[in-house]
Amino acid sequence: MEAVSSRTITVEVNGVQYEREVEARRLLIHFIRDDLSLTGSHIGCDTGNCGACSILIDGVLVKSCMMLAVQAEGAKIETVEGLASDGELNGLQQAFSDHHALQCGYCTPGMLMSATALLRENASPSDEEIRKGIQGNICRCTGYVNIVEAIKAAAQ
Amino acid sequence: MLLREVEYARPASVQEALRLLGSHEGARALAGGQTLINVMKARAASPDVLVDLADIGELRGIDLGSDGTLTIGAMTTYTDIVDSAEARARPILGEVCNQIADVQVRNRGTVGGNVCSNDPTNHLPPLLVAVGARMTILGQDGERSLPAREFFLGVYMTAAGPGELLTKISVPPGKSDGFASVPIGRDGTCIVNVAASLDGGAPTLAIGCVDAVPVVLTPDSAAEDTVRTAVRGANLDPPSDVHATADYRRHLAEVLALRAVAQAAGRK
Repeated sequence: MEAVSSRTITVEVNGVQYEREVEARRLLIHFIRDDLSLTGSHIGCDTGNCGACSILIDGVLVKSCMMLAVQAEGAKIETVEGLASDGELNGLQQAFSDHHALQCGYCTPGMLMSATALLRENASPSDEEIRKGIQGNICRCTGYVNIVEAIKAAAQ
Repeated sequence: MLLREVEYARPASVQEALRLLGSHEGARALAGGQTLINVMKARAASPDVLVDLADIGELRGIDLGSDGTLTIGAMTTYTDIVDSAEARARPILGEVCNQIADVQVRNRGTVGGNVCSNDPTNHLPPLLVAVGARMTILGQDGERSLPAREFFLGVYMTAAGPGELLTKISVPPGKSDGFASVPIGRDGTCIVNVAASLDGGAPTLAIGCVDAVPVVLTPDSAAEDTVRTAVRGANLDPPSDVHATADYRRHLAEVLALRAVAQAAGRK
């Protein structure tokens, strides 16, 4: 085993297999957005603070700007594009719409993935647990109240 | 952000990781990456080679020994500790790990990464000093173990030198612990934090964020006046910044020391 500056990785994203050669320095968010053209996941701050790039890797919520693409070798990745099916919003997405849980929408893909991870672990979270679950996601429009309401509604 | 060019290796064993770290001058171990990737973006660190420890199973896990000692692998994540039934043998560990940053960071950030980066505002350096943890370091010349209070040497500097790896952290049994902090926003970076343990009889206090390494105090008793006098007597010289003046940090150190000791005393 020697160190290499690029390698071929295989990942499954939203059920689709991809094999690509990537540079070791390539951040996972750039791989997803630019190499796979899945631009739902956003880059907000690029410093690991805002959470707009949040995705699930093997079921675990992570910020994809704080991972290299090569670290995802072999992983099953879920992004916001995987939530809707056949053009129909899933229950969580619909709840965000119904409760006006977004204004500009920039943070929404990350919020949805954090809420997805939370609701898989905890089917009926309290307000406090919801707030703890989305703490890594910054929204500058809503003041979070409607986001918490939407997640609570989706849980019911 | 486009990072500077870097090479990457993902060894399957500790020995292979040590060989890679030893054979490249600019090699650096990559644990959870929740600090390192960001400092690479800022060009504050520019390693030539990243040695990813993710595939080395023996570095990750929590073991509760028959004598009550917890052995925590360096690649164990904060979430692993929060969720671990074994780690509840020393409850303060999970409680503090659950205050670090946010879900995403706790899912990837590791205990080893936290202590080896040794940012003075990190949670775990003072905590591990206060609970009397021991750190095991592996290098080409073999393995050595030292107390946490000798592990932290300076800002971003620890006893784990170039070409060496922190492999595990051992925490002795105990429960009479406390941790108090004033963070920037809930679960944010600490402005001052204090860990305390009364398991050795007299308190051991470790104050974070006020110096390059945790400031250790061992007052004669847990009495309020004694603790207060000990903190004042330490003549702390903390930094001033936009979040707090040096005076305010000194004040916080005193208040948080009392809170941490009170919490620990409540768990006797």
